[in-house]
Amino acid sequence: MLSVLNRGAAAPGALKPWLLLLPLVLFLCAFFLVPLGQVALMSVTEPEFGLGNYAHLTSDSLYLQVFINTFLTALGVALCCLLLGYPLAYLMAQSSPRVAALLMLLVTMSFWTSFLVRTYAWMVLLGNNGPITAALAFLGWNPPPHLLFTRLSSTLAMVHILIPYMVMSLYSVMKRIDPALLRAAESLGARPWSVFRQVYLPLSAPGMVNGATLVFMICLGFYVTPVLLGSPQEQMVAGLIGTQIEEFLDFGQASAMAMVLLASTMIVLTVYHRRFGLDRLWG
Amino acid sequence: MRDPYLQVSGLTKSYGSVQALGGVSLDVEKGEFVTFLGPSGSGKTTTLMIIAGFENATSGSVRVGGRSLSNIPPHARNIGIVFQNYALFPHKTALQNIMFPLDMRGVPAAEAERKARAMLDLVGLSGYGDRWPKDMSGGQQQRIALARALVFEPSLLLLDEPLGALDKNLREQMQIEIKRIQKSLGVTTIFVTHDQSEAMTMSDRIAVFEKGRIDQIGTPQEVYRTPSTPFVARFIGDSNLLPGTVLDPDQGLVRTEHLGLMRLPSRLAAAAGAPVTLMLRPESIHLAGLAAGVSEDAPNRADISVHTVVPYGDSTLLIGRAGGADLRIRLRGPEADGIGSGAALSVLWPASAIHAIPAV
Repeated sequence: MLSVLNRGAAAPGALKPWLLLLPLVLFLCAFFLVPLGQVALMSVTEPEFGLGNYAHLTSDSLYLQVFINTFLTALGVALCCLLLGYPLAYLMAQSSPRVAALLMLLVTMSFWTSFLVRTYAWMVLLGNNGPITAALAFLGWNPPPHLLFTRLSSTLAMVHILIPYMVMSLYSVMKRIDPALLRAAESLGARPWSVFRQVYLPLSAPGMVNGATLVFMICLGFYVTPVLLGSPQEQMVAGLIGTQIEEFLDFGQASAMAMVLLASTMIVLTVYHRRFGLDRLWG
Repeated sequence: MRDPYLQVSGLTKSYGSVQALGGVSLDVEKGEFVTFLGPSGSGKTTTLMIIAGFENATSGSVRVGGRSLSNIPPHARNIGIVFQNYALFPHKTALQNIMFPLDMRGVPAAEAERKARAMLDLVGLSGYGDRWPKDMSGGQQQRIALARALVFEPSLLLLDEPLGALDKNLREQMQIEIKRIQKSLGVTTIFVTHDQSEAMTMSDRIAVFEKGRIDQIGTPQEVYRTPSTPFVARFIGDSNLLPGTVLDPDQGLVRTEHLGLMRLPSRLAAAAGAPVTLMLRPESIHLAGLAAGVSEDAPNRADISVHTVVPYGDSTLLIGRAGGADLRIRLRGPEADGIGSGAALSVLWPASAIHAIPAV
């Protein structure tokens, strides 16, 4: 009798946490899922019903080239973030809590500055009259190379913007590596390099995979930075989608490309999920 | 005279103004099993870490086989360590864990695997080579950690509270197991623990640490029967400590604060009037009339009124008031039957059960 009463009392209680999600769910439905559905619909109805837009994507090698370019750039950015972020995250994980907090502050500081401001700052730095070009000319590189509006400049700026994600992914994993394991390795005869290679590196691998996946996926759909800093000849997908809409008003073609981009991101996520579990992505 | 195998002399360690070690010295013979026993913060783990090379001593030295270990990094010391939480590499299987130190020494893979498998046999986990550490129980991980620390034939085995995380039954089983393996390999071993029963059952000798120093080093019997300080008497086993003053050193007579006159088995090496602490183990106190062979004469007796009865199954602990102080008495088997709280008892003890601890 009592248990029946209890169960009756527990049922509304169990529902409550889900009610808390309701505002967000409604928001996402209205402003994300519905527009996304519209884009999907447009990709097969504009200008006429059918898979024409998708067929066009496969027939013109320009589109394939842009997709390959996008993937290669995202891969390069992820790799650069990893190479630059790893030593920093390692330093943070080895430092005292005070120093680690200070370094983390410096890393996340770039989050506080507007995205656009940082992108324009790179334009100033890398421009033809900028300090870097001047320095290269001074060192005897004559005529100095064009740095701005190249794959180099957009990659540099994207690495700068995305590196905090990498550092935080690495740091959260490195911080959990038990120092006793490193001592154990040392006591068992491992020199410092072997301790790193045999124990630290494999144990920090989840952080490397998390960070690289995160950076890679954000990079796939990056718009502002590659458009403003990148080479017009080596556009990325998001940039091309923008061009399609702004210059050609070709909503159907743009929507189809957006759907392909979405699909490729989902594939990366699925592969990651199958292999490592999605819940680990955010540390 | 032959040098001892492990020679620790005058180790001190300071962290800023805090002194963690205040001059630790001890000699260990080859093949000996020595336990560092003490409460947390007594310096036993710090001493172990200095021997392992993970901490630097402020002063003092450690020598193994006549060779000084200062300036030798941990990886070149050839010392096997079992850590508190085993520290098995989670990304390596049990067998790969055991092969790791051999791999680091450039032993060919086939030979390393043969040796690692032999070690698995020795710790009784032959079929477990391909298991991941996370799939093994605490006791099994413990054995793998032990195998890994022994497979490269270290000159010294250090065990840092290795049984702390295990439940009681498993702990007793592992005590016997570690002792068996240590004996069969004859490896010189330092075992750190704060558990006195562990120290008693496993050690050849026990070094009792207090406040960064060694209070006493001796066989389990020695530290139990003749503790050199009140701290050792309290820390190892249960004890009654009776403060008093020497009355007549030649006759072995002491006047205690609470229980009056006591007669010791032999003369005292202290002047009349000197302060002294007498230790009386609870199990050497008997009920008057039941103690065969114990003289019924005063002075070594007391009348107590019991206020607490704690049954342990194989024995019963009685705590009673006598002369304004508590006296703890442990009676075996059925002797305590029928004694309840409030009972008035007459108890006595042989002079030989009293050990005098000189005041420092």
